[in-house]
Amino acid sequence: MSMRTPLGKVRGLGSARDGTQHFWRQRITAVANIPLVLIGLCLTVSLVGAPYEEVRATLASPLTAIFIALFSLSTLYHMHLGMQVVIEDYVHGELNKIALIMLNTFFVVFSGALIAYAIFRLAFGG
Amino acid sequence: MNDTKTPSSRPLSPHLQVYRLIPTMVASIVHRATGMALYFGMFLFAWWLFAAATGAAYFDWVNGLFASMLGRLVLLGFTWALIHHLLGGVKHLVQDTGRALEKHFTTRMARLQFVASILLTLMVWIVAYWVR
Repeated sequence: MSMRTPLGKVRGLGSARDGTQHFWRQRITAVANIPLVLIGLCLTVSLVGAPYEEVRATLASPLTAIFIALFSLSTLYHMHLGMQVVIEDYVHGELNKIALIMLNTFFVVFSGALIAYAIFRLAFGG
Repeated sequence: MNDTKTPSSRPLSPHLQVYRLIPTMVASIVHRATGMALYFGMFLFAWWLFAAATGAAYFDWVNGLFASMLGRLVLLGFTWALIHHLLGGVKHLVQDTGRALEKHFTTRMARLQFVASILLTLMVWIVAYWVR
């Protein structure tokens, strides 16, 4: 006989409210970040101090645009997960915690919007 | 006696400050700290991209800020944070499989991580200066 409540069964969640999803996604993005960060470092180093036209041409090329999209998606997701854990660890007031967890999402989405705008404008804008 | 309104008088479980700092502890704390720094550093990257998409004048202004002495110092710090967090992350991925958990080995790895992250950061910057 199961000791779980009917509601618990329906939700399929434990007391932590979610299972290994957070852990697993942190690892997926971590693995993805390894090559992405290494390529990103090379790209940045190659553009240090370069004139505007050269930077623009490099960032507008399809390969770079797609790379920056992948790099940003993976790192933004990873840092969202990481900051959530930090907030959960150190902020104990329920209201403050929920507010900061929301702010975390807003910050990540806003950064992502800035990057998305830049990628599109660089790649498609004249 | 049974005053539940004074949680501050309850005994606290020991926290960081009661332990002697050891390399693995420092590496763990620094891993989290660099992660948090990089979180905000990502905004600088977004800002730089935004500037590149906006126009030459604005881009040159933002680039000038990054190229200033303070800007370079901040970017040097972020380069180290990124590399240190990357190395720590790889270590965590290996340890997730149950390997590399022996205490003397983890201590050596923690020390090595600091040395390697500093050397690799210097390498990246030397290459960056050498390219231009």
